[in-house]
Amino acid sequence: MEKFVTHTGTALPLRRSNVDTDQIIPAVYLKRVTKNGFEDGLFAAWRNDPDFVLNQPQYRAATVLVAGADFGTGSSREHAVWALQNYGFKAVISSRFADIFRGNSLKGGLLTVILPQEKVEKIWELIEADPTTAITVDLEAKNVRLGSEIFPFELDDYTRWRLIEGLDDIGLTLKNIDAVSAYESSRPSYKPKTLPARS
Amino acid sequence: MSKTLAEKIWADHIVRSAEGEPDLLYIDLHLIHEVTSAQAFDGLRLAGRTVRRTDLTIATEDHNTPTLNINLPIADPVSKLQVDTLRQNAAEFGVRIHSLGDAEQGIVHVVGPQLGITQPGMTIVCGDSHTSTHGAFGALAFGIGTSEVEHVLATQTLPLVRPKTMAINVDGVLPEGVTSKDVILAIIAKIGTGGGQGFVIEYRGSTIRALSMEGRMTICNMSIEAGARAGLIAPDETTFKYVKSKPHAPEGADWDAAVAYWKTLQSDADAKFDTEIFLKAEELAPFVTWGTNPGQGLPLSASVPNPADIADVEERGAAERALTYMGLEAGLPLKSISVDTIFLGSCTNGRIEDLRAAAEILKGKKKADSVRMLVVPGSARVRLQAEQEGLDQIFIDFGAEWRNAGCSMCLGMNPDQLAVGERSASTSNRNFEGRQGKGGRTHLVSPLVAAATAIRGTLSSPADL
Repeated sequence: MEKFVTHTGTALPLRRSNVDTDQIIPAVYLKRVTKNGFEDGLFAAWRNDPDFVLNQPQYRAATVLVAGADFGTGSSREHAVWALQNYGFKAVISSRFADIFRGNSLKGGLLTVILPQEKVEKIWELIEADPTTAITVDLEAKNVRLGSEIFPFELDDYTRWRLIEGLDDIGLTLKNIDAVSAYESSRPSYKPKTLPARS
Repeated sequence: MSKTLAEKIWADHIVRSAEGEPDLLYIDLHLIHEVTSAQAFDGLRLAGRTVRRTDLTIATEDHNTPTLNINLPIADPVSKLQVDTLRQNAAEFGVRIHSLGDAEQGIVHVVGPQLGITQPGMTIVCGDSHTSTHGAFGALAFGIGTSEVEHVLATQTLPLVRPKTMAINVDGVLPEGVTSKDVILAIIAKIGTGGGQGFVIEYRGSTIRALSMEGRMTICNMSIEAGARAGLIAPDETTFKYVKSKPHAPEGADWDAAVAYWKTLQSDADAKFDTEIFLKAEELAPFVTWGTNPGQGLPLSASVPNPADIADVEERGAAERALTYMGLEAGLPLKSISVDTIFLGSCTNGRIEDLRAAAEILKGKKKADSVRMLVVPGSARVRLQAEQEGLDQIFIDFGAEWRNAGCSMCLGMNPDQLAVGERSASTSNRNFEGRQGKGGRTHLVSPLVAAATAIRGTLSSPADL
């Protein structure tokens, strides 16, 4: 996983709440067997509208998505994270994220930042007033900075450490694989097994 | 210390716990399908890793599979590649797979329970948000992303942060024509699509206790639509009886030991939930969604709401956008809405009891000329069972299409899709924009409402017939 320490870019205001993962990437775009090439499906239905914010030239280079509440609800598809990353987004800011989407994003190095709704609105105002406004999402300092504003955010120390170091979860767990074997040795025999198959 | 059911299952699966780190939880069963697994197997291959417990892993094909001509190669080359990739990965890594054409193929959340590999007290994961379905057995079951699928394949564990607990109590007797689908739609309308965020929900109360296992699965299935990590129901005699008849049920002394453990799987009387919600069954009615998220629902007897009456600015904006997308006017009685397509199926309502309930209403009748109806059993086994009972002939005589098993029009990854502007009454779980096909408009309903709607052509309950 690529490390995330701090990122500076421009932002895109997505003034919608309840953006479900079917909107982020519709099901028909999920058929690839790789982790790249999903940018074509990002917000595919909404991009048919020439006025949709992603189609506006002033936001074309944006790397930070600033969305309404309850971003990433619905399907568990990690393709939603890949689509955002493939398109070029490094971070998403919202007042609330759906649990599975947030888990997926933080596993994959897409930083999801939770800010109170009034701060989200403030950022929307600032970037709509000047889309070239530089925005910094600083994981080391745990804050978002743009113009003269500084908005602190919270993230648990463990996840923050993992992102800053770019550590792979599986590698971390394999360091404790003896504990897994010990647990397995005391699992009850009545727990079901898929093999050998019975039907 | 007293514990809730979810806390008990959690405690029984902790492999490692350390201050300032997530708990490492053991996973008893990993269900796999073609859409969210390819990149995970690829990750294993790149790192030279194997599947740690092939005997706790099972795969089936469901999202992409066609429901017509299943003996022919899959026509869409990209869908075919995804299914072929799953078959190759299963063969290479030694994972049991039930492919199209096999009697055990079907929607992964229908297959687990019917094989009896879904049992009380387990931790169950799948790269699919509707894994919450298995919570009906008193299991802690939740959807995961592909990175986590890879993690489970490699280690049979997941690092997880302990969720909060919520009790939803439903008491009393459901009125005639009100089903578990209406109960869960009413719950989501009450707490909202974000109401369950960060929680595991335990459904409790006399109404829940009176439900069959299949009714309980419908409720737990849609926990994710309220934003919850998982939903579960304490196991009881109904649960034990259901599991006992299935191929992978424990046998002999194992059965007795299992039941003895399962009987401990109840929230302690003095256990404290972080949040508690109460509903009265008598106040519930057949429910239908009018908008583009599952929380935008109302009793069928109501009218399309007026966004101007919604106080919350965000919610009002969402309602305005939803009405535009759905092509609906505020104040229109929901029962006056005409639909084009009826979809009976999905991991929410594609089991045998759902098909029986709909067939009971359709028997000897003809569908409205203006509608098409797709009946898609949740699994090949459900399809066989329905055919043994003669349900297929009832659907065919009615004018419906009797299809093969899979996710089908719930998400339209296969050819079963709505056309632009087409409107459905669907027994599935999501009414998101474009969910059932680009530009398609979805009203979520119970199998009973789906059947009555197919007869009349407008959103209806059996009481309207």
